[in-house]
Amino acid sequence: MNKHFFSDMGVMLGRSMRHIFRSLDTIITVTIMPIAFMLLFVYVFGGAIQTGTDNYVNYLLPGILLIAIASGIAYTAYRLFMDMQRGIFERFHSMPIARSIVLWGHVLTSLVSNAISVVVIILVALIMGFRSPAGVLSWLAVAGILALFTLALTWIAAIAGLSATSVDGAGAFSYPIIFLPFISSAFVPTRSMPPVVRAFAENQPVTSIVEAIRALLSNQPVGNELWVALAWCVGITLVAYLFAMKVYKKRV
Amino acid sequence: MQNQAIQVKGLQKSYTKIHVLKGVDFEVEKGCIFALLGSNGAGKTTIIKILTTLLKQDSGTATINGFDVATKPDDVRQSISLTGQFAAVDEILTGRENLVMIARLRHLKNTRQVADNLLDRFGLTEAADRRVSTYSGGMRRRLDIAMSLVGKPQLIFLDEPTTGLDPEGRIEVWKTVKELANGGTTVFLTTQYLEEAEQLADQIAILHEGKIIANGTLAELKKLFPPAKVEYVEKQPTLEEIFLAIIGKKAEKAQ
Ligand SMILES: Nc1ncnc2c1ncn2[C@@H]1O[C@H](COP(=O)(O)OP(=O)(O)O)[C@@H](O)[C@H]1O
Ligand SMILES: [Mg+2]
Repeated sequence: MNKHFFSDMGVMLGRSMRHIFRSLDTIITVTIMPIAFMLLFVYVFGGAIQTGTDNYVNYLLPGILLIAIASGIAYTAYRLFMDMQRGIFERFHSMPIARSIVLWGHVLTSLVSNAISVVVIILVALIMGFRSPAGVLSWLAVAGILALFTLALTWIAAIAGLSATSVDGAGAFSYPIIFLPFISSAFVPTRSMPPVVRAFAENQPVTSIVEAIRALLSNQPVGNELWVALAWCVGITLVAYLFAMKVYKKRV
Repeated sequence: MQNQAIQVKGLQKSYTKIHVLKGVDFEVEKGCIFALLGSNGAGKTTIIKILTTLLKQDSGTATINGFDVATKPDDVRQSISLTGQFAAVDEILTGRENLVMIARLRHLKNTRQVADNLLDRFGLTEAADRRVSTYSGGMRRRLDIAMSLVGKPQLIFLDEPTTGLDPEGRIEVWKTVKELANGGTTVFLTTQYLEEAEQLADQIAILHEGKIIANGTLAELKKLFPPAKVEYVEKQPTLEEIFLAIIGKKAEKAQ
């Protein structure tokens, strides 16, 4: 690793953040859409959903955040794919900078841009009545889980972006991931689901992540969920990272 | 001090189905304009990719300023710059942002000044703050070349720099290339256009069926084939005729 690694990564970050802020499409999908979901669930379906809490915004916010991140990383895959297609990638690779800088730049961009959309969504949720008694430590823990979740999905996105053969293909992997929160305890408690669906819902990563965040934000004991959530995130990150690096080495 | 900017010996490269380079040899002297001439699919881009450390050869050696591309890629990258076959510019950024980005990646000081100078030199000052997606083909290519000049690399690779440009754009690029060489930069360019090689190059190599079939100055190539025809007026063969003559001979031999 050379001494310019981090400043070079900063240049790459600045570049892709410009891409994001200049793409109305990206901004709408990663912030406006999740906010629209939130409005829809709270003000349209919310009345009919029995969660056992009196504040449904509090209940669904974690799931909305995960959906936002899942749609955000589709753009990470897209940006990586577009870079690979274009001459700019070869320009970077023929320059005296670390080979992996382009990839790491996209990973960092993914973390930063998803953090921004998460903050925006939480602000809107506050306006809609979201309240949390959580202290600084709990919030830090929530931030940590969300960052890990983003990282895990980012490396999956990297695999997709590096190996896709078309623009549509680069983003398609994210659809099932965006869908996962709907078959979890993100919007309705799993006990209302038929047995097979319930079994799936209770054992997929999103439920444990949602439950852990929900418990942290409402000052409830977190228990096992936190460790299950962390294990999922770290596990997926490691596997996807190794795989993505393998694909990357093959491509460059 | 050695005088060779590029030395290539016995370079071979196959893709899954085709044997593209079958033992390519050539040398390029420092400070000259070298044109690699070949038809579409001849393997020009493959050679450029190997020389710019983007692709590994199967066998043979290539050195840039004395550094082996396979074993010392970092040293090679310090002294080169690539303008690929397809514009290597960021369409979403402005022209100025593109140049500043490259200047920062090359760890220059006064990145803004470097960008402004290049914008001015390439007639892009007015368009500097517009997104590159609004640029014409010629402007894009100029920016592309400008980006390769950031940090004043000693050796510049231009892969088909004028393909797809209108005649005006082509003349602009030619002018730029000549200025570069006057400033002491070594230029390695590829082209399908015989006229372009004639116009620009100090040294021309013709790549055909995986080998360099002719290599030399324009005058040397003209001496090789075919002799001037004596008609009512003496007519020098153009490079096109030389090229066709060489290929024709090869084809006869093959049959
Ligand atoms: N990655 C690749 N995989 C398989 N074949 C390739 C690849 N890149 C180039 N080729 C083939 O190799 C030959 C030479 O390509 P190239 O070097 O791009 O030629 P040129 O630049 O002279 O047009 C062509 O037939 C091309 O189709
Ligand atoms: Mg080519």
